[in-house]
Amino acid sequence: MPDSPSISVRHLRKVYGEIVAVDDLTFTVPRGAVLGLLGGNGAGKTTTIAMLLGLLEPTAGQIEVLGVDMLKRRYAALPRMNFSSPYVDLPQRLTVRQNLVFYGRLYGVRKLQARVEEIAERMQIAGFLDRPSGKLSAGQKTRVAIAKALINRPEVLLLDEPTASLDPDTADWMRSYLKEYQRETGATILLASHNMGEVERLCDDVILLQAGRVFERGSPRELIERFGREDMEEVFLDMARGRGRGLDALKKGEMTS
Amino acid sequence: MSGSIERIHALVMRHVWIWRSSVMRLVDSIYWPAVQMVMWGFLTQYLLPQATFIAQAAGVLLSGLLLWEVVVRGNLSLSIAFLEEMWSRNLGHLFVSPIRSWEMAAGIIIAALLRTLMGMIPVSLMAWAFFGYSIYDLGLPLVAFFAILQMFSWSIGLAMSGMIMRVGQSAESFAWAAVFILMPVSGVYYPVSVLPQWLQTIAWALPTAYVFEGMRAIMTDKIVHWDLLGIAFGLSAVYLVVGFQIFQWFFRASRRAGTLLGQGE
Repeated sequence: MPDSPSISVRHLRKVYGEIVAVDDLTFTVPRGAVLGLLGGNGAGKTTTIAMLLGLLEPTAGQIEVLGVDMLKRRYAALPRMNFSSPYVDLPQRLTVRQNLVFYGRLYGVRKLQARVEEIAERMQIAGFLDRPSGKLSAGQKTRVAIAKALINRPEVLLLDEPTASLDPDTADWMRSYLKEYQRETGATILLASHNMGEVERLCDDVILLQAGRVFERGSPRELIERFGREDMEEVFLDMARGRGRGLDALKKGEMTS
Repeated sequence: MSGSIERIHALVMRHVWIWRSSVMRLVDSIYWPAVQMVMWGFLTQYLLPQATFIAQAAGVLLSGLLLWEVVVRGNLSLSIAFLEEMWSRNLGHLFVSPIRSWEMAAGIIIAALLRTLMGMIPVSLMAWAFFGYSIYDLGLPLVAFFAILQMFSWSIGLAMSGMIMRVGQSAESFAWAAVFILMPVSGVYYPVSVLPQWLQTIAWALPTAYVFEGMRAIMTDKIVHWDLLGIAFGLSAVYLVVGFQIFQWFFRASRRAGTLLGQGE
């Protein structure tokens, strides 16, 4: 099914006691697209990613990734996916190489040694492959985490704050690499980020999340235009502070929500 | 199936690499059993001329200790193998990889078995060197005792690991101590018959009681009760299945509660 979406989420809901973390979330991501999930702290970005990966069981709703029902058969899709998140670390006492080999084996990567060398070269981590992961700087750790996320050449890549601890130069290089990877492989990327420049540069489409619901959706250019702003940073601030043209239009029911 | 073997192998090697990078992580596997062995060894020497029972079976206390340590070390080794993933905040990566729960359980069981052997073999040799006592004199039944006790200890370790996964690392100390509640009813150093009737009922529901009674029967009467060992093996298999089901139950509860993503020290 080449035309079916890579990710399809319908009426997704997650409730913790009385707290509604994600509320009736519905969206699709076409194959080969880069979707940004934007929202303030607690908007439901990480919760959504965790449910897409099967780390968290939804209260209600359906999730399909690569045509696989993730609530019933997630092991059929997981070898073709991967992720990176600042909330999860790699074993600190293993070397970078051992971590990549470990995860390469879990994902059934063929010609693993060659793949490790290749990804190390591409991620510019070859110089410290044999150093314990715990001895790396925050930026180096982030590059290793992305290398782990790419070790199995995933068709669907979920990235939570992928450049959060990188200096501007390395972050810029990382964005270029992710764009290049997406072009080369046709992978679908779902990206949760607070970096609006990153979102503008990488994403074909953006979902603005607020209190677990879709606040607005469109390409970065469409959203900037719709909100009458200069860039995504201003769009985000409008949403967060409940002000501006975009919100006025939303209140009048001119937008989809 | 080859994918499962590859993933289990990966998980075992991950622990082997950690041991190689930090030998201190293995020291406690030898240290505590060695200290206990020395203490019980001297106690045996002291009691030898005074107690008929000890005189008849000189190694009965040391055998009890070493076999009980198989339970304790098995449980601790499995719990530590699982906790390694929590301490390194790695559970999230593991549970979104293609590794299945049973493969993960198999991987940490094999790692735990290796760790237990690395601790217990040197200590058993030390008992022979210091006190002239060889547990290997128990012969073939020793293999059965070891297998039964290991399976039982893994069942406790799996259940405790599941609980820590769900509750968090505040439950760690309970996981360390849980196995000791079974010691008084396992008949490690005394026959089950000395227990009150109601405790005997509990004791015979545990595979450990059969093992320690079987051990004493070999040492004092030179009899191997294979039928009782068969019951103990069956009980251990049941406990292992139950332990894994408890682990699975806590895993599902953790997925509902959202505690898998940010666990760690």
